[in-house]
Amino acid sequence: MTVNQSSSSPKRALGRKRAASLAGCAVTVLLTVTACGGGTAGKTTKDGFAQAPQKDGALTVWVDATRMDAAKLYQQLHPEVKLDIVSYDGNANGSNYLQTKVQLFNRTGKGWPDVVFSSQNNETSWAVDAGFAAPLNKGLISESTLGKFAKGANDVCTVDGTVYCLRNDLSQAVLWYNAPLMKKFGYTVPTTWEEYQKLGTKVAKEHPGYLVGDAGDSFTPEIYLWASKCGANHITGPKSVSVNTTSENCTRMATLLDVLIKNKSMSISGVFSTDFGKNKADKILLMPGPAWYGGAVFKDTLKVPAQQIGAAPMPQWQGDDAPSTGNVGGGTWLLSQHSTHLKAATDFLKWVTTDNAYQAEKSPGFPAYAPAAEAWLKQQDASGYFAGDLSALSAAASQVWPEWGSGQFSQEAIWAATVKPGLTQGKSIVSMLPAWQDSIVKHAKSNGYKVEQ
Amino acid sequence: MTLGHSASGSARRRLSGTDRQSRAGIAFVAAYVLLLIAFGILPTGYAVYFAFTDAGGTFTGFSNFVTTAQDFRFMDAVGHVALYLLFWLVSLVVFVVSLALLLHRLASGSLSRSLRFLFYIPGALAGAASVLVWLFMLDPTVSPVSSLLGTLGFDTFGEVIAPGNLPLLFTVIAFWTGAGGWIVVIYGALNNIPTDVMEAARIDGAGAWQTAWHIQIPMLRKWIVYMVILAFAGGAQLFVEPQLLSLASVGVAGRDYSLNQLTYDFAFQMNNVNGAAAVSVELLVVSVSAAAVFVARSGFFDAD
Repeated sequence: MTVNQSSSSPKRALGRKRAASLAGCAVTVLLTVTACGGGTAGKTTKDGFAQAPQKDGALTVWVDATRMDAAKLYQQLHPEVKLDIVSYDGNANGSNYLQTKVQLFNRTGKGWPDVVFSSQNNETSWAVDAGFAAPLNKGLISESTLGKFAKGANDVCTVDGTVYCLRNDLSQAVLWYNAPLMKKFGYTVPTTWEEYQKLGTKVAKEHPGYLVGDAGDSFTPEIYLWASKCGANHITGPKSVSVNTTSENCTRMATLLDVLIKNKSMSISGVFSTDFGKNKADKILLMPGPAWYGGAVFKDTLKVPAQQIGAAPMPQWQGDDAPSTGNVGGGTWLLSQHSTHLKAATDFLKWVTTDNAYQAEKSPGFPAYAPAAEAWLKQQDASGYFAGDLSALSAAASQVWPEWGSGQFSQEAIWAATVKPGLTQGKSIVSMLPAWQDSIVKHAKSNGYKVEQ
Repeated sequence: MTLGHSASGSARRRLSGTDRQSRAGIAFVAAYVLLLIAFGILPTGYAVYFAFTDAGGTFTGFSNFVTTAQDFRFMDAVGHVALYLLFWLVSLVVFVVSLALLLHRLASGSLSRSLRFLFYIPGALAGAASVLVWLFMLDPTVSPVSSLLGTLGFDTFGEVIAPGNLPLLFTVIAFWTGAGGWIVVIYGALNNIPTDVMEAARIDGAGAWQTAWHIQIPMLRKWIVYMVILAFAGGAQLFVEPQLLSLASVGVAGRDYSLNQLTYDFAFQMNNVNGAAAVSVELLVVSVSAAAVFVARSGFFDAD
């Protein structure tokens, strides 16, 4: 590295070079060893956890591509805050990126982001044990603020009465539809699953190529099977789950999907696939999907023009007493226990989850914070993008079937690996339900869950 | 291994430079040994320590090995890696040796030079980047060879990455990224075969096939063994290809596919670093044993 050109004898130069390289290597070894130690000194217990000594410096915020706007807007409105915005995959589809990184940071004793967004709502299942997520209802966030979140919105963040994350948006599923197209074809929006299936069969005959839904995403079970009250993912305790994928509630929906997939009125590409965007974007008649489909899928990804997409309540099975629907994610924000900028981090967290500047005006999803949700609905009506109002979303917010939980294992990853390849090969979903159950049970067990079948 | 070649310098130079050369040799080896200790031996020792202890540091015997082997994904991953290794090693040996022979046959024209360059280019791309290139190649909606994929009956990305196709896909990707360098190495080895031997073969009336089969390939044996040992160790650690494919296909294919992915899962998702260490120690034992067998059977370290 440090070659001394002025050296007279080549022998001496060689000796120095060797010494330099030896020293370099020794330093490397030392660094490797010391990097393994993480200190716990100088912590004070406040707000329900041991806080690291507070320092000045940039606030590190991890967001996914969609929430990038939120972080940028915050920076714009608060130019005095030093913000280090890092973009990552948001843990989408159970990629577990955040968990992987936090485990590494826990080993090295540094590197944690101060505030992080996750598109999954099962983060508390590991982030609490890993000592990463800070308790929020012990002083950091006031009870009055927490109380204004939609009922049950922060249940996925709560462990033994302590809130460890704040919900960004609710992702209750509704039935999205293309209003002018429905009118043109002379169809009415179905209110029951029986009508929905009939309509799908009709569409397949009368307008082949048009779609009444998509069953190709990893979150397909959360849209359809959750809404049908299929007990595939009933988290009954911190480490126990009940799994039954072959009950009547599951098979009736799987059969419906099989019929529509077979007659091709339901695609199996997945709404974010290149194939869907290229070949099917303008063929959507109906599309059961979560609240964020409105902004993130129709408006931003598929670029459907304004005044076409409307939202109706999710269909129900004939004879069911109460309406029920599913839920796809709905991101959460976590605050790091290790943060050395807790005040700035708390300010950001509070702003991003509750402030109208982002939640009401810019958020593509339905805000979990109720006052922001109201403003958001008004904003959506005023924006004129949707055909009709989005009141179906408000109603659905409280209709999410509560017996589908958020375990440590990713249901989305399991469905993607177990059922999706079979779908592509033309197998029916009904025939794969037992294999699906088997896979859920194995993943749950390997994550230390007690499984009831 | 390459030390033998440097000994063939002229006698005069050796006499005057012995002292300096041996010092330089020690310096180079010392630096290497230090790096080997820091980044090879110490981490290996650390992994072995982890493999036989629990999270609290208590000795647990083989319990980490038993727990991980009982994981429902373990045997599947072993099967996947074994099948991949079979595909990868066979294709590597057959195609690399025949392409190098072909290159050598073309002699030293500009065609040979441009081919060598062409073979080598993909290897210059970093592993992850070249896998990404393939993810585009394999998606019929965006692939430049979508018509070819269509002819083969693949209309969607999902059909291309069906579970049965994966060993073949990973082999193709690995070959594309890794084989170029080996073609150049084997080509260099071919050039090292003394011309008098080749000439003698020609005078005896040996054709291209006979020369290749009876002269060149036997004389390349050590290089081929060297390639197989490294490719085996690399292939057993299959990770980047399935991991990226799993991200690109949102988990449809390639998740928990290889043993190394499983160790990643154990370490970072199930917070079981000791189990992860156990699996990586198994990989090390398998790779070292395979290398030992190859070395012993091929007389790798015999002097010529």
